[in-house]
Amino acid sequence: MHRQTYFRGMQEGIPVALGYFVVSMTIGIAARGAHLTPAQATVMSLTNLTSAGQFASFAVIAAGAPYLEMLVSQAVINLRYCLMSCALSQKVDPKMPFYHRLIMAFGITDEIFGLSISQKGKLDPWYTYGCMSVAIPGWTLGTLLGILSTGILPASLLNAMNMALYGMFIAIFMPAARENKILLPIIFLSMAASAVFHLLPVFDFISSGMKIIILTLAISLAAAVLFPVAEEAGDTEPDGGQGPEERGKGRS
Amino acid sequence: MRNYMYILVMAVTTYLIRVIPLTLFRKEITNRTFRSFLTYVPYVTLAVMTFPAILEITEETWIAWVGFVAAMILAYNRVSLFVVSLGCCALVFALQLL
Repeated sequence: MHRQTYFRGMQEGIPVALGYFVVSMTIGIAARGAHLTPAQATVMSLTNLTSAGQFASFAVIAAGAPYLEMLVSQAVINLRYCLMSCALSQKVDPKMPFYHRLIMAFGITDEIFGLSISQKGKLDPWYTYGCMSVAIPGWTLGTLLGILSTGILPASLLNAMNMALYGMFIAIFMPAARENKILLPIIFLSMAASAVFHLLPVFDFISSGMKIIILTLAISLAAAVLFPVAEEAGDTEPDGGQGPEERGKGRS
Repeated sequence: MRNYMYILVMAVTTYLIRVIPLTLFRKEITNRTFRSFLTYVPYVTLAVMTFPAILEITEETWIAWVGFVAAMILAYNRVSLFVVSLGCCALVFALQLL
């Protein structure tokens, strides 16, 4: 059972690995700009697994800034993982052994999270492990290849592979929008708001990582207050079925 | 050596952000608004990250637009993740060769 779930995770993680491979090649190229060695860049990708965070780190390293600055910038840029971690904590079985939480946490990225959270019912950690076991090598090897060699692949192919990554995002949120009618306007509103933040020069002082956090918090909170999600039918049915008779027996 | 210290600081910070909520919230949260909030977070985040960034991946914006619209329509019609992803990838690659 776990084995099947694991392989499904691997299979569905292939587009992620492919996209990661391309994005991390650009990370590798940028790492060379910050005078990292190929070994350092590879270790960084293997231990961090965060595109925005790693991109931001090169400026900090190149400037020789204090470690505290590295800590703060990473915390802010990667704050969205904190939200994803909250969501995942509700997606797993509360009775799942604790160590799974420690391992799964390492694999929380936009894409692996997106795949994991869209699973039906409770999340089996082995699904996430399947995604991780193709995505992490893709990310790490891409970085290595990027720093070792520039200009192997034509730009048009790199662009197209980038498209695969966004196509995967879209394939996660659009089917959900079809099932839950309120999601469709929320998604379009999110895109519109994001475009406004992107286009208006007034917001230029906010980093792109911060923009994502601000928009996510504001829109999700408003949606939660205005359109609270109905409790799952499964939560109430067994309770109603038990009835006072059963409870009475328990007391006597 | 200093570079490895930077990498260590990064890795620890990023892991803590990822692991703390997942290990802290061991029970199911019952607050309805908070649960709803967590339900909406992933979709809003992905939508915000996708658009308008997706339009900047090709030199010619219209090609990215075509890829974007195609992916939206395919995904809304429940075409599988793999096909949507590689389909719009192939489409964008082909259009760039024109």
